Amino acid sequence: MKKLLSCLVVFAALCTGVTAATAKEWKDIRIGYEGAYPPFSQIGADGKPSGFDIDIVQALCAQMKANCTLVQVNWDGLIPALQAQKIDAIVASMAITAERKQQVDFTQKYYNSPRRLVAAKSSPIKDLTPETLKGKRIGVQRGTLGDKYATAYWLPLGVQVVKYATQDDVYLDLRAGRIDAALQDAAQAYTAFLNTPKGANFKFVGDPIVGTTPEQKTLLGEGYGIPVRKGDDDLRQQFNQAIDAIRANGTYQQINKKYFDFDIY
Amino acid sequence: MTTLDALLLDYPAYLHGLWLTLQLATIPLVVGLAGAIPLAVLRIAPSRLLSLPVATFTYFMRGTPMLAQLMIVYYGLGQFEWMQRAWQNGSPLLLLLRDPYYCALLAFTLNTCAYTTEILAGALRATPYGEVEAAQAFGMSRVTAWRRILLPSAMRRFIPAYSNEVILLLHGTSIASAVTLVDLTGAARDFYANYYAPFAAFLLAGAMYFCLTMAIAVVVRRAEKKYLAYFQPRQTPHAKGR
Amino acid sequence: MIDLMLSGYLPALLRGAEITISLAVLSLGLSIFLGLVGALAKQSRSRLLRGLSTIYTTVIRGVPEFVLMLLIFYGGQIFLNLLFKAMGLHPPDLNAFLTAVLTIGFIFGAYFTETFRGAILAVPRGQMEAALAFGLPQWKAFFRILFPQMLRIALPAAGNNWLVLLKSTAVASLIGLHDVMFIADQAGRVTQTPFTFYLAACIVYLVLTTGSTRLLNRLNLSYSKGVREGRLQ
Repeated sequence: MKKLLSCLVVFAALCTGVTAATAKEWKDIRIGYEGAYPPFSQIGADGKPSGFDIDIVQALCAQMKANCTLVQVNWDGLIPALQAQKIDAIVASMAITAERKQQVDFTQKYYNSPRRLVAAKSSPIKDLTPETLKGKRIGVQRGTLGDKYATAYWLPLGVQVVKYATQDDVYLDLRAGRIDAALQDAAQAYTAFLNTPKGANFKFVGDPIVGTTPEQKTLLGEGYGIPVRKGDDDLRQQFNQAIDAIRANGTYQQINKKYFDFDIY
Repeated sequence: MTTLDALLLDYPAYLHGLWLTLQLATIPLVVGLAGAIPLAVLRIAPSRLLSLPVATFTYFMRGTPMLAQLMIVYYGLGQFEWMQRAWQNGSPLLLLLRDPYYCALLAFTLNTCAYTTEILAGALRATPYGEVEAAQAFGMSRVTAWRRILLPSAMRRFIPAYSNEVILLLHGTSIASAVTLVDLTGAARDFYANYYAPFAAFLLAGAMYFCLTMAIAVVVRRAEKKYLAYFQPRQTPHAKGR
Repeated sequence: MIDLMLSGYLPALLRGAEITISLAVLSLGLSIFLGLVGALAKQSRSRLLRGLSTIYTTVIRGVPEFVLMLLIFYGGQIFLNLLFKAMGLHPPDLNAFLTAVLTIGFIFGAYFTETFRGAILAVPRGQMEAALAFGLPQWKAFFRILFPQMLRIALPAAGNNWLVLLKSTAVASLIGLHDVMFIADQAGRVTQTPFTFYLAACIVYLVLTTGSTRLLNRLNLSYSKGVREGRLQ
């Protein structure tokens, strides 16, 4: 009996010890960002990053009282860097999709914005019907939701999907007339392009794309979240709590107002 | 799905990429070589007026990375208003530059032309003076001397160096995906962006480039044996009594 | 004035140039080391060493450096993680700079192997024979007799390798290394004036290659002291 009791005590102690070990509190977090996606993350001439994503991550880290290091990684190197443990989380406007969930775990969303097509004001593209789009060249950033949507649903219609390494390259070629239209996030397109001098001759075409079939909706995902490695559930929960907190105490709204005159959540 | 499933599904992209890579390598090589012959002759001309423009051209093309040259032709030229207007108005020649394919062809052709010019010029310059004297002693006209003595003699020095350039250009075309072209490397990058399988994506592309390179090396070695056989050192011992 | 043309990106470009130069120099060191090892391996009596060396040069020179860089950058960290975890150690962190140095050093190690091999073969056999006949130990014979002469013969080809290496560092910008090409990309994108910045990057490269060529010419001259050139007169 005594032996059984002592075993139980040791077992209980071990249990608490084990859970304490796994439910750790992250104090030093390396966060990957892109730096080529204004106004969410961009790098100035001085080499310092700035933008909505950057401000949000700094607010989250302050909320979590954690020491966060920002690491710049090219867009298509973000998830590999996460998996290779070079970074612990990604704050780079990465959309939560079923496909990505196979590689990483996501926190809840921290903002949401649909895809939308951008074309010249004088462009013959007036809507998103297959007849109009057929044969046109549509630019996307490689590996983004716009890329996946266009490749899955427009490529079979005879649309040429042209892939670029960054969103700014897409705009460069759109302005040069090399592509007929560009598919990307609506908020980004509006703030970084249409609402600036370089996007003066361009406009949105068609409604925001949110998916008409369940299949499309699954592909398009449920907003943008913060990927962490599969299994790092404690970090994920930490971020979730922090996101709730900054939305509750008004920090989120402050940052939102700084960049957008509409609610981006 | 497993990587293997993904490969079996997407391998046609690699084949399309391979085809594009072949085009992006052979067309610049042929055009570049054709252009290099007159340019090399100008390059070794004693008159500064003739050789300096060519020298400046090769200086710039050989002193800067091909990637930078490609970016200038594609993104750089596209920035200018006059170019964009030309595209809108449909002016035929400039319209070609709107297409990344022709931009890449132009950049690669200029680059390989410059290198080939220098290789050929070097080979011509290294002609032993005795051969030139002998040609003159025989009373050959300029054209005949070039045709029968100088160019064949230069070929012996040119072909090994040029075969190297061919392979380097083939490898150089792998940057084409930096301007949206889906060549062999571009297909690998797309595959990787979709499935996050780096080894499958890039090892397959690497293996295909390797096969191409080996094929070129074999062809060059056969050609060298056949056409430059009479330049090779003696293979058999001297005959007795000589 | 130049600063105005570059919209304040001049310091960034210079920082990028610094990265380019350090990448090139470090890769050069690695590739010369690998080149010597490879060349010696090719001369060795061991069939295994000769075979490995041949596989090394054949495979590396048969694949584009960009593909190799992508493979090592995206696959390398995963590979290292697996390897080190299996050994129970903490895996090292592969950043873009380290990846680029390893890749470029590794690739040009193959080219230098061929350069050094050709140069070793070009030194007359009599030199080594005489050195050994004089009673010099093998390693001394190599370092004091064979090596210096090999360097002189290898210098033109090695110089060429260096120039090619310097320019191939530009490809590292495509995997995110903040070298001068990357900065030029970024600056061009943000200001939507790519031509200006790519031209600026080209000027940086021209300065580097021209400077290198001048230096190599001078090295060539000083190493060729006392060597009579064949001339027809």
